[in-house]
Amino acid sequence: MSFFSLISTVIVGVLFFIIYFGLSNFILDLVCKFKSNSVALENSVRAIIFIAPAFLVLFMFILYPVFETVRLSFYDKFGREFVGWNNYLWALNDPNFRRSILNNLGWLLIVPTLSTFFGLVIANLTDKIWWGTIAKSIIFMPMAISFVGAGVIWKFIYDYRGTGDQQIGLLNAIVVSMGMEPQAWLTISIWNNLFLMAIMIWIQTGLALVIFSAALRGIPNETLEAARIDGASEFRIFWSIIIPFLERTILVIWTIITILVLKVFDIIYAMTNGEWQTEVLANLMYDWMFRGGGDSGRGSVLAFCIMIGVIPILVWNLYRHRQEQKNEI
Amino acid sequence: MKFKLNLSSIFSQLLLLFFVILWITPTFGLLISSFRDKDQLAISGWWTSLINTEVSEIHRTKGKNEQSKENEVYFIRGNLFKEDKGKKILSFGVTSKNINAYMVGEKAVLKDKSEIVVFENGDYEWRSENEFKKKKGRRIFITAKSPPSFTLDNYKEVLFEAGLGQAFLNTIAVALPATLIPLIICSFFAYSLTWMNFFGRDILLATIIASLVVPLQMSLIPILTIYNDLGALFNIEAKSFPGIWMAHTGFGLASTTFLLWNFMKSLPNEMLEAAKVDGATHYDTFVRIVIPLSIPAFASIFILQFLWVWNDLLVGLVFLDKHPSEIILTAKLKELLGSYGENWEILTTGAFISMTVPLFIFFSLQRFFIRGLVAGSVKG
Repeated sequence: MSFFSLISTVIVGVLFFIIYFGLSNFILDLVCKFKSNSVALENSVRAIIFIAPAFLVLFMFILYPVFETVRLSFYDKFGREFVGWNNYLWALNDPNFRRSILNNLGWLLIVPTLSTFFGLVIANLTDKIWWGTIAKSIIFMPMAISFVGAGVIWKFIYDYRGTGDQQIGLLNAIVVSMGMEPQAWLTISIWNNLFLMAIMIWIQTGLALVIFSAALRGIPNETLEAARIDGASEFRIFWSIIIPFLERTILVIWTIITILVLKVFDIIYAMTNGEWQTEVLANLMYDWMFRGGGDSGRGSVLAFCIMIGVIPILVWNLYRHRQEQKNEI
Repeated sequence: MKFKLNLSSIFSQLLLLFFVILWITPTFGLLISSFRDKDQLAISGWWTSLINTEVSEIHRTKGKNEQSKENEVYFIRGNLFKEDKGKKILSFGVTSKNINAYMVGEKAVLKDKSEIVVFENGDYEWRSENEFKKKKGRRIFITAKSPPSFTLDNYKEVLFEAGLGQAFLNTIAVALPATLIPLIICSFFAYSLTWMNFFGRDILLATIIASLVVPLQMSLIPILTIYNDLGALFNIEAKSFPGIWMAHTGFGLASTTFLLWNFMKSLPNEMLEAAKVDGATHYDTFVRIVIPLSIPAFASIFILQFLWVWNDLLVGLVFLDKHPSEIILTAKLKELLGSYGENWEILTTGAFISMTVPLFIFFSLQRFFIRGLVAGSVKG
């Protein structure tokens, strides 16, 4: 497609929605001017105009698909014949599936923990140092980079050349300079998962860092001063004042990164495509969506497994929301 | 006491410096590599490019057709380098067994009694008492010092030959509407959730909060099926730009609505009541009062959603063709990673091009970006 047709498609697409809202409200105003008998009717028609597009999108792209995916998980690969628990039984016996579950659990344990930990430590460091803002920008920067871009960056670092050749990957160059053998890092099973997780930690630490930095500013200075006057060490202050104060923030960051990690796809797909035992649920699901023309039953089972992981967080969020609503009233 | 404080401050600074170096080095290496000469990139680490490097190369002299005859002696003269990159030859050899047999300027005597001299700048002179018979020239092995050489060639190649330029435009065509459409429809939605009373409002709000964390994998198969059915029904392409815009709108809807709702409920109630008393409709209130007040929130959400769409791979893979006229940057980069696995000049440059827009937004609008994240974004 040429440059101009691309631009015009974009403009038409966006204008469509602006015109919808403008025109429908204009017509409603016009109608009400002539027949202004019911304010209640006008208000409900306007509410429908305001809500309809978002609700239709919500219904079509989230609500309906969630139920449809659960339904499809009990049907065959074309979604035509009911097969009961067969797809689930297949999953339980599939070595790739078991590997994915184990790997996902590993990701869930390690990535949120280390990202939160590094974020917290670095937020505390940057808080006290005059060049902290610059340091924060630099560590936060990977957040702006795509997972695939980050994949290229790190694949370059893990690059492997045979023994005796010049290593152009940074990690192997360091290893060789210390007198050890170079390794093809991404092919060493079990450990390669850690090398992939490092990428995610490299990206997500920035998120934890900025949220912690904002939260740290909320700690009342008097409390810290009082502790210092009482002779508490910096370490003690960190453990006994800062950590308890940030408890809620830690939980929020933890859940954000957990949700992200459950869906981790791009990194695996770009770097190893699940080979050398690095398979994860999202990549396996993508694979089954298209393998041999696609198997919607097995794909749906895998999607549902990811969903099960987020359900506790979903329930907790809803509970918190209800508490907040109650407090406001 | 004072001394102890300083010591701990020095320790903190060093520790932070360590983290900063650890975090910046990967990206820095990529950036340097994307500007390096591709031959050098393939054989030496990027950290060596900041100083002179020694390289070994094979070149070939000219053949018999280029020979000249002076005083009954035959000569072949020329320069080994096709273009001048400032390389300085240290030593050379005439067999692969001993590639640094001779120093620059030294005479190498070959089996047929002919003599070759190679000079520092690549000039060579091959002289023989007998006429040269071979059509092909002779192989010369050289070891040269190469100055750091940086070039834009990689960028030219990647943008125009590898097709990244088109992918860049495609990504813009995906990302702009996929950011603006949710912003438009969600701002109306968030307004009605905040300021309008209607049946089922609380349930709708709870649905939004639940949808925040629903993984988009739950939606892929059913939506793909719908798109395929629609495509077959109306005889149109199932994978299209409007299709992916709406998919991104769907996946970004919950977080966009939630953030806007959070912002709008903090707006002063009196102002909206006053407008109502003056007889303004909800539409007037929204356009004249709420939109101008919400500009900072719009900026934050725009950046979050734009970066999310720009960096997305999965949605682009599922809802767009891999055809050059539709493929997005991340998918293209992944394709290059498969087909040019060892061509680091293409990969590093491609990755950097895909990062330009996010990094520009990041450095120019970091404040809004952080504000949006801190406002509690949880994306489904």
